[in-house]
Amino acid sequence: MPKRTDIKKILIIGSGPIIIGQACEFDYSGTQACKALREEGYRVILVNSNPATIMTDPEVADKTYIEPITVEMLEKIIKKERPDALLPTLGGQTGLNISIKLAEAGILDKYKVQMIGADRKAIKKAEDRKLFKQAMQKIGLDLPKSGLAYTMKEARKVAQQIGFPVIIRPSFTLGGTGGGTAYNQEEFEIIAQRGLESSMISEILVEESILGWKEYELEVMRDKKDNVVIICSIENFDPMGVHTGDSITVAPAQTLTDREYQKMRDAAIACIREIGVETGGSNIQFALNPDNGRMTIIEMNPRVSRSSALASKATGFPIAKIAAKLAIGYTLDEIPNDITKNTPASFEPTIDYCVVKIPRFAFEKFPTADSTLTIQMKSVGEVMAIGRTFKEALQKGIRGLEIKRDGLSGIQYKDTAELEAQLKRPNAERLFYLYEAIKEKYSLDKLYALTKIDRWFLQNLKEIVEFEEKLRSPVTSHQSQTQNRGPWTVDCGLLLKAKQLGFSDRQIAKILNSDEDAIRRLRKESGIEPVYKLVDTCAAEFEAFTPYYYSTYETPFIRETKDERRETRDDEIRKTAKKKIMILGGGPNRIGQGIEFDYCCVHASFALKELGYETIMVNSNPETVSTDYDTSDKLYFEPLTKEDVLNIIDKEQPDGVIVQLGGQTPLNLAVPLEKAGVKIIGTSADAIDRAEDRKRFSELVEKLGLTQPENGLAVTVSEAKAVAKKIGYPVLVRPSYVLGGRAMEIVYDDKALEHYMQKAVWASPERPVLVDKFIEDAIEVDVDMVADGETFVIGGIMEHIEEAGVHSGDAAMVLPPHTLAQETINKVRDYTYRLAKELNVIGLMNVQYALKNGTVYILEVNPRASRTVPFVSKAIGVPLAKLAAKVMAGEKLKDLGFTKEIIPKHIAVKESVLPFVKFPGIDITLGPEMKSTGEVMGIDTEFGRAYAKSQLAAYQNLPTEKGSVFISVKDKDKKPSMVKTAKRLKDLKFDIISTLGTAKFLEASGIITRTIQRVSEGNPNVLDLLKEGKIKLIINTVSGKIPRQDEVKIRSTAISLGIPVVTTLPGADACARGIEALIKHRLEVKPIQAYHKIRRMKDDPSTWFDYAHHKPLRAGGRGTKKRHGKD
Amino acid sequence: MKAILLLEDGTIFEGEHFGAQGEAFGEVVFNTSITGYQEIITDPSYKGQIVMMTYPLIGNYGVNEEDVESCKTWLEGFVVKELSSIRSNWRSTMNLDEYLRKYKVVGIQGIDTRALTRHLRIKGAMQGVISSEDFDIHSLMKKLKVAPRLAGVDLVKEVTCKEPYDWLSVPRPSSLIPRYKVIVLDCGVKFNILRNLTRVGCKVKVVPAHTPAEAILKLKSDGLLLSNGPGDPEAVTYVIETVRKLIGKLPIFGICLGHQMLGLALGGKTYKLKFGHHGGNHPVKDVKTGAVAITSQNHGFNVDMKSLSDKNLVMTHQNLYDGTAEGLEHKKLKLFSVQYHPEAGPGPHDARYLFERFVKLIRSYK
Repeated sequence: MPKRTDIKKILIIGSGPIIIGQACEFDYSGTQACKALREEGYRVILVNSNPATIMTDPEVADKTYIEPITVEMLEKIIKKERPDALLPTLGGQTGLNISIKLAEAGILDKYKVQMIGADRKAIKKAEDRKLFKQAMQKIGLDLPKSGLAYTMKEARKVAQQIGFPVIIRPSFTLGGTGGGTAYNQEEFEIIAQRGLESSMISEILVEESILGWKEYELEVMRDKKDNVVIICSIENFDPMGVHTGDSITVAPAQTLTDREYQKMRDAAIACIREIGVETGGSNIQFALNPDNGRMTIIEMNPRVSRSSALASKATGFPIAKIAAKLAIGYTLDEIPNDITKNTPASFEPTIDYCVVKIPRFAFEKFPTADSTLTIQMKSVGEVMAIGRTFKEALQKGIRGLEIKRDGLSGIQYKDTAELEAQLKRPNAERLFYLYEAIKEKYSLDKLYALTKIDRWFLQNLKEIVEFEEKLRSPVTSHQSQTQNRGPWTVDCGLLLKAKQLGFSDRQIAKILNSDEDAIRRLRKESGIEPVYKLVDTCAAEFEAFTPYYYSTYETPFIRETKDERRETRDDEIRKTAKKKIMILGGGPNRIGQGIEFDYCCVHASFALKELGYETIMVNSNPETVSTDYDTSDKLYFEPLTKEDVLNIIDKEQPDGVIVQLGGQTPLNLAVPLEKAGVKIIGTSADAIDRAEDRKRFSELVEKLGLTQPENGLAVTVSEAKAVAKKIGYPVLVRPSYVLGGRAMEIVYDDKALEHYMQKAVWASPERPVLVDKFIEDAIEVDVDMVADGETFVIGGIMEHIEEAGVHSGDAAMVLPPHTLAQETINKVRDYTYRLAKELNVIGLMNVQYALKNGTVYILEVNPRASRTVPFVSKAIGVPLAKLAAKVMAGEKLKDLGFTKEIIPKHIAVKESVLPFVKFPGIDITLGPEMKSTGEVMGIDTEFGRAYAKSQLAAYQNLPTEKGSVFISVKDKDKKPSMVKTAKRLKDLKFDIISTLGTAKFLEASGIITRTIQRVSEGNPNVLDLLKEGKIKLIINTVSGKIPRQDEVKIRSTAISLGIPVVTTLPGADACARGIEALIKHRLEVKPIQAYHKIRRMKDDPSTWFDYAHHKPLRAGGRGTKKRHGKD
Repeated sequence: MKAILLLEDGTIFEGEHFGAQGEAFGEVVFNTSITGYQEIITDPSYKGQIVMMTYPLIGNYGVNEEDVESCKTWLEGFVVKELSSIRSNWRSTMNLDEYLRKYKVVGIQGIDTRALTRHLRIKGAMQGVISSEDFDIHSLMKKLKVAPRLAGVDLVKEVTCKEPYDWLSVPRPSSLIPRYKVIVLDCGVKFNILRNLTRVGCKVKVVPAHTPAEAILKLKSDGLLLSNGPGDPEAVTYVIETVRKLIGKLPIFGICLGHQMLGLALGGKTYKLKFGHHGGNHPVKDVKTGAVAITSQNHGFNVDMKSLSDKNLVMTHQNLYDGTAEGLEHKKLKLFSVQYHPEAGPGPHDARYLFERFVKLIRSYK
């Protein structure tokens, strides 16, 4: 069927900020969709509040709205753009939910926008538990026993009928928010209540527990002609009861016979047909009783999902791209398979390797959160690994996680009781407890009884653990093949076998008491090197054209003639004569290192392609755009370890390697790679070290005559105390070389310092604890710069809204600064230039300053891409990461046309999004340790409006109607700025409710408040008012490390009820200004292209459009002026 | 324990032995199905072939008593990357290694199966030998040179049943009492064909491949199914002859080799494919409806549609991978056939509708 010609303009809604359960996979899918639709000549209108996405780059869509994803804002956009169609299935649950809301509000009908791909009816049928159950029963599919409930009373009745344990699943949520398993009545009361509250329609499903059953997923695609194909089958390592996002998953399914698999396939096809997803991809989950094979359907996502991204990367089949093409009327047989070129997309990929996905968690950031894995997702990222066997893929995955493990290894535990408890309880470390249990010779049956993990997986783990023993045992035979290396010997046959089982050189070195480099040397001398195989969708049945590789250790095939025996290992790397640059990606997402860095890597790849280089991407994160097979010329899906990267470098011999864009992961490889003779391009490894190494950094600051907070180093408690005594409390303590403020704390006294030092077991003379004077009530500023060694240009100066001490990844920021004096800004500029010149920065640099009483203190210098690069790029309309990549390749900023700092006329606010709602009960205050998972951008012509947009985008329900504001601040915050904020709120007709101390202070300044007793003093208190819905906003500042328990309760209750909580004074002020803007003005929408077009009209060369064109600058002459007026 | 796989072009793969000891000769082909090794092992169409699975992890779910396509194994040898050391499935009764030993199939594991696939894709299917005993390349090559090949050899006679038999299926509700009597000419029939015929309401009688046309007509059946089977279709002259006599006399449905038999009986020619179609993911388009079915495939030969001059013969199905003909139909002579496997086993069920179509054809001539 030809594509539709009755629609011309298509609206795509992105998934907004990165949150747990919804990460950069939707940037990947949305970007693919935009590209696919524009390729077909449609105009694409994109809405996404997340600036750190490739999809919101101005060249990806025709019109890009970086605006809050709310019904009101979307109506404005629809009214302005009048799209013909809305594609709701590519923006995750956010995109799907907002589409439903738009439909239900009658907005789509009003503006004659039709939903394509899946319509409202189909979405409802899949998402609404009741309708889904009816639909599945209609087609004869088995489901767990269950009942719906809308009230607690109904819920109790259903639970009684089914019997405990029961699972509670709220309708219309993502990542299973608000769900859980209840083993008894008490648990049931809590979880059911939470579920009812978190469901958009206050509906929960109470369900028969099928805990311990096997879990499977199928990725399904359907076209207009009702052709249906299965892209990938996935089997979960962890049985039912663990959210699939938190589960280790394996593709393809491993333990199903063909009959069982086909039965599941038939069920999936029947399901997508019955639900009525017209075109596109869906994800369908099944549970299987391991004792008798009873198969039940669990749920269906009528949209592209996290698993779709995984399935796309696991098979090479671009689900999102194809889904977009199907939505506009093509059928599967009309679309070519990009990878094989000569075969159509109407087929089912078959694979000849094993794929393992392992989730990455961030419990170290939330030490008080419950780390048990349940049906509510808690992981923040994932790693994918490909091997020819499960064992190889699993070990590659573990080392790719970057959790300081080189492969499957052990963990400390007290006694058998603890070991077994940890095996029983699904948790992030269960793999490592399994390792210990296998070493303790637990039988497979025992392990199965404890974990319900399929014996096939357990046996594979056992083979890895047992091989470790074999490797360790002394060599007896094949003496001729053994290599003696000092204290240990190893059989080369065994060494090859170890590599085939996925053991890393470091892991082998540890087992043999050797070191990584020695194992590597021995391996290379013995000819044990990896070969690279293609991910080709067809198990080599056809020639593949897309260079998407993974490594494995294979046996050779042999050619024998009379006098010669030639061994060849089949390697599929295609070498070209082009100049090559390798870009190292960031690995799995984690708090502190996420999509922003992937964004920079993708830009580098695009930029270097424009310069005519062959680009080689190395990454292990399946959610990203960087691991899309057509982002770079070559893609290596490999762990980012020294060994794996060097192996690729050995084969590819790139002309340069970029380490400064992927975050701390590749940066940590800079020195080892350089030592191995690899050419790192951009800022030198030495300069990076000067900035990261505390001692060298102090020397640098001193040399340039700049100021940094007083500081010292400490390894022991007494040393730390001595430093603190010298510089005075409070002090900021932290390790060096970390990202995301890991283990960073502000301490106010000796006792807290002692506590910190006792925990800091990693501290050593090589890695001392850094103790800095903490400058209280300072304003923090972030500066991003791009430089080529000659020209130094500031990309943006961002003023934090929260005071210094809140991690820059969590702080809200304003660009350009809105309260700073010109003199101070100039000082910041000057310092930044001096630092960049001294470090000879080639590429990007980020500096953080604290400003207090006219003094500019340098907090940190990072000669690498920072988290804020995408935000700044969007705010000023210049693709900084692209420029950085080009200067690293030797281009000059002068020739690229970017020589002058841009100070926009508009205001851009970056706000962070925090995952507290996923960890009920934990405190939500901000500190030097980063906790946010994502960010949004609010852009407008005035601060209040920009800030209000940022809050709406971050799903903060700023109140605009009458109600009460609860204010309770620490003594130090009882100052004029507090009064100003309270007055502003009062003027906006809000009532103010305060605890006694705050009330007294405010009343002294003439602000009348209602006083309420503390929570500890009894009822009624603020908690009651919160639950009654009377309080619309909470301003609550805290001092010290250990907050009072009742305050924690107030804040976490508010969060679970969706009431905004502000924990800093400047934040409160910004909030009040935002509310004022919302009440007094109407918010308007404007595409990002229009913001920068204004600049272009003024004939300013420094806009995105001049860099964005995919034309090699070299070929087309370097003057940017020439291209002016185009586009 | 060592085993080697030697190809006739001199390429050697060294691996570990499993299954039965000995030497196995045959045409080496690869199959891209991820699941279904037990069905493949028991499929008579693999007579004369050494089968390599492209999916590297085989044996995970063991074998059971139900998922068989015939009463024994037929392939000559079996090649995998990694044989699972454990079987994990509630229906499993035996592990694959034991099973292959029981039926005396020689296996090799631990070789680079992807390299072998690429080799066969580029060079074409070729003869090979797996040996767990003789590792002398010259001696093996000598034996390989004289071992029987597929082309021109009648393998049907090796796999067909010796005597006619009735396919007995489990009792079913009275509403599904078999309505039609169908004869299956057994050239190596897979049980799933019989199971599917039963499913659509047929009473099935299986007769040996050498049963003459007259004898078949005497059985007074409502329809005839020409089954799948191994090897070179042109070598099975007696079946072609039988089919020629039966065309037009009763409704006929041909599957795989049965499709080739029809093609030849109608005066056409067959040719050998470079490395054949063996797998469960080939898209086949129904030319009439435009619908695409994901199909189970297992054939090394194909009917040359150009060689068929009868204007009433149309190509009904086409492979979207390589454009080859996958089905034909005669407008007047109440027959149709497909090159692929609508019975699946292993593979997707998308093309099952052809059994319903067969019943419809029978009904329309009743």
